[in-house]
Amino acid sequence: MTQAPLEYYLVLSAVLFAIGVAGVVIRRDVIVILMSIELMLNAVNLTFIAFSRFLGSVEGQVIVFFVMTVAAAEAVVGLAIMISVFRFRQTLDPRDMQLLKW
Amino acid sequence: MILFLILAFLSVVFSLLVVTQRNVVHSAMALAATLFIIAVLFLTLDAPMLGVLQILIYAGAIMILILFVIMLLNPMSVEARPAAWWTLGSLGAGALFLQLAGLLHRPAVFAEAAVPASFGGPESIAQSLFTDFALPFEVASVLLLVAIIGAVVLAQRQR
Repeated sequence: MTQAPLEYYLVLSAVLFAIGVAGVVIRRDVIVILMSIELMLNAVNLTFIAFSRFLGSVEGQVIVFFVMTVAAAEAVVGLAIMISVFRFRQTLDPRDMQLLKW
Repeated sequence: MILFLILAFLSVVFSLLVVTQRNVVHSAMALAATLFIIAVLFLTLDAPMLGVLQILIYAGAIMILILFVIMLLNPMSVEARPAAWWTLGSLGAGALFLQLAGLLHRPAVFAEAAVPASFGGPESIAQSLFTDFALPFEVASVLLLVAIIGAVVLAQRQR
């Protein structure tokens, strides 16, 4: 089985990243926005792994390991903030989360 | 090659479902499917360790956490944005994709590198992680500790 060339992986991760950006812009549900961010992180991870394979260097995979760690921390803190906001506002609509907006 | 095309098609379809599904739980399930497919793509790129970690951490832990929060909060479906936003968002994302794809028009400099059979296994990753990246590794553990404490403090009932 032949390996797909690097460009294919890069195009795929560009598509996934763009879909993630669209999700953040379009959706009005904070949980879906968080999931779109996870999607963008995964697209970038795919780029790292593809370059790591095609350059024959394992550093890219180590970076992905750290990205996963940070993504886990980000998801935990983000969801905790959502729970805390939901307790006060009873909604997950970002339009009601403008307390810090000037 | 065929495998890549199938996986690429499936991952794009499922990630589009993440964005377009009205129901949050359906979005979350589509995201879990996308993460699984990306894990398989990792396997095709000789990254077995990261593929397994992807399933354990992303498709396992993070998705369970997101589903738990969805079911805990049971949010009413937020009213959708008007159609203008959808057009605007899609156009913006399309422009971003073209911008990124434009970077690929340069002549390809990357032939596939020859790698040893142990490439991407736990041993080769650990070798790099605990020598060159020892400090970032320790910092990451502190970050996780801070995230745990932060989550507990944020989510606890206010007195």
